Amino acid sequence: MRESLHAEWTKLRTLASTFWLLLAATGMIRLTLTATPRRLTVLAAKAAVLTSLVLVTGAIAVFASLLAGGLILPGHGIGPSHGYPAISPANGAVLRAAYGSVLYLALIALLSLGAATALREAAAAIGAVLGLLYVLPIIAVFSGNATLSRHLEQIAPMTAGLAIQATTGLSSLPISPWAGLGVLAAWAAGSLVLGGMLLRSRDA
Amino acid sequence: MTTITPSRPTARPARAGFAHLLHAEWTKCRTVRGWVIAVLVAVLATVLLGLFQGSHSHVAPCTTGPACRYVIPTGPGGEAVTGTFYFVHRPLTGDGSITAEVTSLTEVTESSQTLNEQPVSTKPAVAVPWSKAGLIITAGAGQGSAYAAVLATGSHGTRMQWNYTGDTPGLAGRVSSASPRWLRLTRAGDVITGYDSADGTNWTTIGTITLPRLAPTVQAGLFATSPGYAQQTSQQVTGASATAAPTDATATFDRVGLHGGWPGSSWTGTWVNGGPDSPYVTGHESGYRQAGGAFTVTGSGDIAPDVTDGVPIDVLLAGLFIALVAVLVVGAQFMTGEYRRGLIRVTLAASPRRGRVLAAKAIVLGAVTFAAGVAGSAAAVLIGIPLLRASGNPVYPATALTEVRVIAGTAALTAVFAVFALAAGAILRHGAGAVTVALTAVILPYLLTAAIPVLPAGAADWVLRVTPAAGFAIRQVIPAYPQVAVSYTPFNGYFPLAPWAGFAVTCAWAALALALAAYLLRRRDA
Repeated sequence: MRESLHAEWTKLRTLASTFWLLLAATGMIRLTLTATPRRLTVLAAKAAVLTSLVLVTGAIAVFASLLAGGLILPGHGIGPSHGYPAISPANGAVLRAAYGSVLYLALIALLSLGAATALREAAAAIGAVLGLLYVLPIIAVFSGNATLSRHLEQIAPMTAGLAIQATTGLSSLPISPWAGLGVLAAWAAGSLVLGGMLLRSRDA
Repeated sequence: MTTITPSRPTARPARAGFAHLLHAEWTKCRTVRGWVIAVLVAVLATVLLGLFQGSHSHVAPCTTGPACRYVIPTGPGGEAVTGTFYFVHRPLTGDGSITAEVTSLTEVTESSQTLNEQPVSTKPAVAVPWSKAGLIITAGAGQGSAYAAVLATGSHGTRMQWNYTGDTPGLAGRVSSASPRWLRLTRAGDVITGYDSADGTNWTTIGTITLPRLAPTVQAGLFATSPGYAQQTSQQVTGASATAAPTDATATFDRVGLHGGWPGSSWTGTWVNGGPDSPYVTGHESGYRQAGGAFTVTGSGDIAPDVTDGVPIDVLLAGLFIALVAVLVVGAQFMTGEYRRGLIRVTLAASPRRGRVLAAKAIVLGAVTFAAGVAGSAAAVLIGIPLLRASGNPVYPATALTEVRVIAGTAALTAVFAVFALAAGAILRHGAGAVTVALTAVILPYLLTAAIPVLPAGAADWVLRVTPAAGFAIRQVIPAYPQVAVSYTPFNGYFPLAPWAGFAVTCAWAALALALAAYLLRRRDA
């Protein structure tokens, strides 16, 4: 497993485009699977490396956004003097939103990894994940039925997962922040399980 | 002596070669199962979301009941209009003219508050840019009747307006007792001429228009009206909030003079299409007072194109977003698939003129996605409209030409986006990269401006002028009118460019990408 992890990390850091897309599906899979015949180990290693990378980059990005928000927003009428919570790590909700956003990014990356493994094509996986993320919210917005749209927002990976970012109006959310992140985690797990099953049963 | 003609294969004409190329690309396209599925998903997503939208939409203030089943009135040109105003009138038979001096025009907003649990109506003065008061000749009392008017406005000077959409400026400046405006409207047969003057002596023609087949006897006189006051108070990622209230305009007319065929002997006051039964939000105190040749008229409503009521048919294309994701993926892979499997070397060996290979791919992809787009959007719109009506929504009137533009334009836009993704694929030679570039260029600008108002309206307008997403303007149904004060932002469904201009911007991007792709394809090794 340690060797697999190192191999995955080397692939990730040497492929410039993958670095940005966090999705790789090239002919290299045959080589990889020859070197490590236990395919689920390969997928687990990929997931571990991907998760660590997204956690690090996500944490940097979220920290930078918080810093920028804390500096800019109070000057534009969104701050403690206007009845909004302070944008600082001292505020529990803000801290939860910050941690949660990083976890959200990691879970979306794992969802994409599962989709890419199942579809064996990065481009198709991008399309499928985007479609999955947006189709339920679109139906929810247009359904014109409050109950139906609330249920849709509870089960859709994006709307449920993004509940973790809410710091105000928690009672009006379709789903509570951590439960929402749990829904997204279930989607990611489902996608990885599907990807893993297909990876094991198919030819490379 | 015999002449032997050497047997020489006749060179195949270039056109037949290109036809073979097209056929080869079509075969590639239809035999990749994933692409066929993706195109079918695109069509199905468009149709199903359109039908879902049609059967589940409800105009916000109108949830149930027969009261909502009103039909939006249309003007002589077929566009949606409002004709609600206070009218002090008498019949005009044959030719004649009416002249009046407008000495004041003021507006109040009707905001209701509660004090000690009792509703209290307060009427603070407010500036309404398009409050209107002046002289009008109407062909009838119903909404959408032909008319011509000269009028003073809140802050757009005097103007001549006719048939709801016609609008020509006259003298600038706001009316006051120190700076009154003289207005005159004359009728000669079907021809109506509007004049204005600052002193009642030196007259200027604002405009001359023809109202075809105008009846011999029409109603003419003084009117006042004032549209609802709406102000956007904030804009956030979660949406925009606005305050709105009906307003009343009160105008003072002095020295009202009539010439020509005015058979009646007295004036009648009518709140045209107003009152408690009106589907429009109007003020409560309309009426007029007369003292000799002087009149004070108070009215509420508007005589203008209607851009705020009804469901525009483009909402039925909610599935376009999902369809585009699928189509962009297919478009990019139609090219990058060749690189991924090394097929490009075979393709280019079979047809060494590389630009033609790219052209053949673009034509096949464009034709397939256009056909899929027409099938999807035609079904969504044509089946969706009756569904919208059946579920009690007033549908914003669209001419057949507009329907064709929305359906065929959306299909054409889908095809051009697909070709753009194809070119991105030829430039980057990598599926994931090409799909990301295409999605970022096409869908991201739309998401940040029209779907979620992340960007301020000014920046959003610029994004939708210069990015490939400008082409989404092709599906705009409700036009933006300068004489109707509404927040014309992308989030409210208004694109900064005219439909075909926006489409041209997208085409220019696709052409640019295709040219770069052809250049690189020739220059690089396969």
